Amino acid sequence: MKKTAQDFAHIPGWGIDADPKNDPTYPNRHRTGEEHDGRSWERPTQQVLDREVLHSIERPDYTAVVGNSVPPSGLSGMIRRFAFKYSENSYLHWLPLVMADKVNVVEGLLDDLAHGTVPNIWAEKGYNSEWKHDKKSLFIKLGTVAALTAGVVYLMTSNNKGSKPKRG
Amino acid sequence: MLAMDFRGPRRVRAVQKPMPEILHPEDAIVKVLRTCICGSDLHLYNGNVPDTRVGMTFGHEFIGEIVEIGSEVTEVKVGDRVMVPFNIACGRCICCKQGMYGNCYESNSESTAGGGFLGYSHTGGGHNGGQAEYARVPYANFGPTVIPAGMDLDDAVLLTDITPTGYQAAEMAGIQPGDTVVVFGAGPVGIMAARCCWLFGAGRVIIIDQYDYRLEFAKNFAKCEAYNFRTDMDDPVMFLKKITDWIGPDACIDAVGAEAEGNVMQTITGRKLLLQGGSATALHWAINAVRKGGVISIVGVYGPTDNLIPIGNVLNKGLTIRANQASVKRHLPRMIDHVMNGILKPSLLITHRIPLEEVAEGYHIFSARLDNCIKTVLIPPTANR
Repeated sequence: MKKTAQDFAHIPGWGIDADPKNDPTYPNRHRTGEEHDGRSWERPTQQVLDREVLHSIERPDYTAVVGNSVPPSGLSGMIRRFAFKYSENSYLHWLPLVMADKVNVVEGLLDDLAHGTVPNIWAEKGYNSEWKHDKKSLFIKLGTVAALTAGVVYLMTSNNKGSKPKRG
Repeated sequence: MLAMDFRGPRRVRAVQKPMPEILHPEDAIVKVLRTCICGSDLHLYNGNVPDTRVGMTFGHEFIGEIVEIGSEVTEVKVGDRVMVPFNIACGRCICCKQGMYGNCYESNSESTAGGGFLGYSHTGGGHNGGQAEYARVPYANFGPTVIPAGMDLDDAVLLTDITPTGYQAAEMAGIQPGDTVVVFGAGPVGIMAARCCWLFGAGRVIIIDQYDYRLEFAKNFAKCEAYNFRTDMDDPVMFLKKITDWIGPDACIDAVGAEAEGNVMQTITGRKLLLQGGSATALHWAINAVRKGGVISIVGVYGPTDNLIPIGNVLNKGLTIRANQASVKRHLPRMIDHVMNGILKPSLLITHRIPLEEVAEGYHIFSARLDNCIKTVLIPPTANR
């Protein structure tokens, strides 16, 4: 094994935080005994719940502060509400959430169209940067998509021809 | 105000959204001056973290100026320029009292492993983030830390996540003077972790990645050995055993998490089909390479699982292998000292400065490793570019 190097002068700060007594990071350093008392702390003011927030059934209530990002809505919201009937230990929590995310993407597209916005997928995927920095990769991707599309179209067309009833 | 808007896997844009409001008496509204795209954002961007809802604003790594405070905010005032830790911590619950600010009990209703995180999926509490002109910052009496006079804003913004995360990764590795430490992943956190290993007295620091430009950057920034697992070796575990006299490194740091590449089955089941909490390739390599009696330190984020041990929850709950989300607030005093004393210069990691309006390009550049990107900073139009 390579031995410890002899001179670390080229590394600014080498060993500066090596003393365990001077360790700022180890958790559980300030045990007070309260950890045996359960939820004993003075809770912050409860945020007013003015929108739908889902909360894990692994806790009895909401946290004092809750997020305000995107309340559940539509079909994806229904799936998410279903998921939150189950604990985080259950597949029935996580797998529906994965499914809800996919449904939510479609809802987002429909919502854009409903509001008169046609999503600029090229821009949203940031392909302008790929055009600028890696044209080769972009051409390969576009070529692959074109080839797959052409293949699918060809197969579908061929099947249609083959399935025509014979006369006589 | 202008804000990043998530539209689905690998689709984001900048749009006008309503201004954030004070929703809790301890809230503050912050005008964002700098915000980063973090490797953890890519987990959301790629659709690997459940309950990431269309319409969310990401961004957990930011600094800004306080423009409004709630009625119970006393520790900061309007006009203060602050670093905002990515963890939302109340400062008074059982975890916060123990310095585990990444595990606060009062900031995330929607899952119980981790605390609340700004700009993360709803598994992080559903809080909007800082990739916007303005952001709501809960528990402003506790989290936001005033930026010291004379500190470069680019250094300051990197103290809100990746620097403390890299530092904690190195600390959790339990490094003894002279130890050999291997860091998996030469992204910004991995590079910073490698750099910080020296602060704990490491005798040899090795970093593993698949992109030569990142390895070259790591060699220069972190003064470490750097190897490409695609070209320098057939099997990373064998290689690491071989170069450590067939014993193995004393400690391994997983700074990759769910996005790991290098194993086809992991990629299919973890990243494409989402049947496990992402690809655990780096974690496998770390566990199998480390010497007997060694230490594994995990800061790479993993999603929930159905057929893998829930390693993401090990991370989010701070269990002992030694894994946790960084408790930023706990590290900030020392990080500030190290930056002000010239021991660390986090802003050297920044390779791209992109207007918030071009957030989609920023994500794609970082995600696709275009243009030798290491770290991207987004700057809102209101931030006096």
